[in-house]
Amino acid sequence: MSEALIEARAVTKVLGGIVPVTLVQDIDLIIMPREFIAITGPSGSGKSSLLYLLGLLDIPTSGEVLIDGISTSRMTEDARAEVRLTRLGFVFQFHFLLPEFSITENVALPMRALGKLPPRAIIARAEELLESFGLGDHRHKTPDQLSGGQRQRVAVARALANDPPVILADEPTGSLDSVSTAQVFGILRDLVALRGKTVVAVTHDLDLAAQMHRRIHVVDGRLANDHAVTAPA
Amino acid sequence: MNLILTIAWTHVRHRARQTLVAIAGVMTGVGFSIMMAAMMEGSQEDFIRTLVDALPHISITDELREPTRQPADIVYTAAEFHGLTPDIRRPGIKNPMATIASLQTWVPGALTPSVQSKAVLRFAGRNLTTSIIGIDPRTEAEVSNLATHMKQGTLNSLYRASNAILLGDRLANKIGARVNSNITLASAEGASMNATVVGIFHTGFRMTDETTGYVLLKTAQILERQTGIVNEIRVRTRDPMAARLISERIGEQTGYKSISWQEAQEDLLSAITLRNVLMYTIVGAILLVASFGTYNIISTITHEKTRDIAILKSLGFRDHTIRAIFIVEALAVGLAGAVLGWIFGYLLTRGLASLEFKTPFSDYNHLPVLYSVNHYLLATGVALLSSMVAGYFPARAAARLHPVDIIRGAT
Ligand SMILES: Nc1ncnc2c1ncn2[C@@H]1O[C@H](COP(=O)(O)OP(=O)(O)O)[C@@H](O)[C@H]1O
Ligand SMILES: [Mg+2]
Repeated sequence: MSEALIEARAVTKVLGGIVPVTLVQDIDLIIMPREFIAITGPSGSGKSSLLYLLGLLDIPTSGEVLIDGISTSRMTEDARAEVRLTRLGFVFQFHFLLPEFSITENVALPMRALGKLPPRAIIARAEELLESFGLGDHRHKTPDQLSGGQRQRVAVARALANDPPVILADEPTGSLDSVSTAQVFGILRDLVALRGKTVVAVTHDLDLAAQMHRRIHVVDGRLANDHAVTAPA
Repeated sequence: MNLILTIAWTHVRHRARQTLVAIAGVMTGVGFSIMMAAMMEGSQEDFIRTLVDALPHISITDELREPTRQPADIVYTAAEFHGLTPDIRRPGIKNPMATIASLQTWVPGALTPSVQSKAVLRFAGRNLTTSIIGIDPRTEAEVSNLATHMKQGTLNSLYRASNAILLGDRLANKIGARVNSNITLASAEGASMNATVVGIFHTGFRMTDETTGYVLLKTAQILERQTGIVNEIRVRTRDPMAARLISERIGEQTGYKSISWQEAQEDLLSAITLRNVLMYTIVGAILLVASFGTYNIISTITHEKTRDIAILKSLGFRDHTIRAIFIVEALAVGLAGAVLGWIFGYLLTRGLASLEFKTPFSDYNHLPVLYSVNHYLLATGVALLSSMVAGYFPARAAARLHPVDIIRGAT
């Protein structure tokens, strides 16, 4: 019996203001190792908001998020940053790479921030990650010299830099053509199958969701449905 | 390279023009500050040197530290007297030569006696009240600059005639006297004598050149009608700055009033202090204004880079790392500006020092400047401090940024 990587307990997020907006309401969720989870739902239903809460980018108004069984409610901002750096990897719809840096340097950033590896080992690991996603020949290029699909693969490589157990992706193929979509989706699937990662991906694409192991359906900020799609590999 | 430096360098490198403008601002500030400090301290030093050169470092006068007791007071033991005419003759320094000899054993410097007198100088039907100072030509040269200010004749010319006198050039011009002119001196004590002009001096101090004549001690003593009297001993200390302490010891030892040049010029010296306060205020203001450019560039970069900041924060960069990036950028601008400012300031100072001015007091003159490493260090310190403050506020705002707000907006 393995430990939950991420656990949400009655998580609610309300934006204050003259008219308060409820983004996410009363969500309970347990995410285990080696899961491949799709978060689906209509536009504006709170999928992204939920992902930010699970990834400690946002703080719930009530309820709590646990990472590795530890509550994050009382953590300092620095401690939350540390968790993001070591335990979580993010991939957004827009690639979000730093434009002035080569893609190797972009992938190296989280490793340098962590400071555990010597500089040479960091570059070696960054190049190895890029190589494994078919980007070895482009390693000296900057993001604007790459196609959308290539950039998104760099973003996945960066998310993996510090070898976190969980990758959180917000519509990672949302702005890609079908060929690139297939490539990036293939990479995410391999992360689970070959590297033992857990991948949680928000997606509009029901065909893709159907190929994942578990589907969490969100409507109006609430968990409408949470069920296994196929047996985990 | 360190991660913070790498990112900071990337930011400023991609905004080269704006960064250069900010650096130029700091450079100008540091440069002008250095020049100003060099000029102010240079003129101040020049001023003090002139002062120290022209004045005796210590003046011991025959005024007793205690008020003089009147003769009747000494003779009778009664408590009070009324209706007596007080003794108005200046007492002079007792045993002046013995006093000088005794001081000479420990005072580091030279001493010379003098006699102060006043006389009406008559020549070609003109009368002028004149300060007559009796000096000893053998030791005078070691204490004052009079010897170097002689235009005609020397101090030793005073031995040439029986009643010889050296006149200030303005005084000589006023009465139309020249070397070898015979003049008449009449003192307030009723003494009168014929004297021969044996030399003309020019000190550059108008008051002195217009109203003073130098004679031998003996001549002045005759004018005062007091044989052997000396009413001032002047001292030139080897270290002018030590004058105050030495003066105190002389006062204690001799019981006479002893005044150092610092005490005599207290008002001027406090005016100099005020001038320095003003100078440092202005220098500070210049550097503060220069830091506005730094604030501008760092603030611009943080605004342009909000998305990158959000990315770094979402990856797990800590707030203080984000803050450090922008503070380092500001410091880099400050440091680059300061280093260029050293060169700029040095060149400005050199340029200023080479300018020639015609002043009413002297012939062609160079503006006195003082080169001091302290000016460079101080300007650099203030520039770096104000750069850091200028960078701190945008940096803090950047570090406080909420990544979710930006990530939402960008998708
Ligand atoms: N800052 C905000 N102020 C007001 N409403 C917001 C804000 N952010 C998000 N929302 C609203 O909250 C809802 C959930 O947004 P989001 O989580 O992005 O949904 P999804 O990712 O499912 O499209 C949407 O209706 C959105 O318009
Ligand atoms: Mg969304």
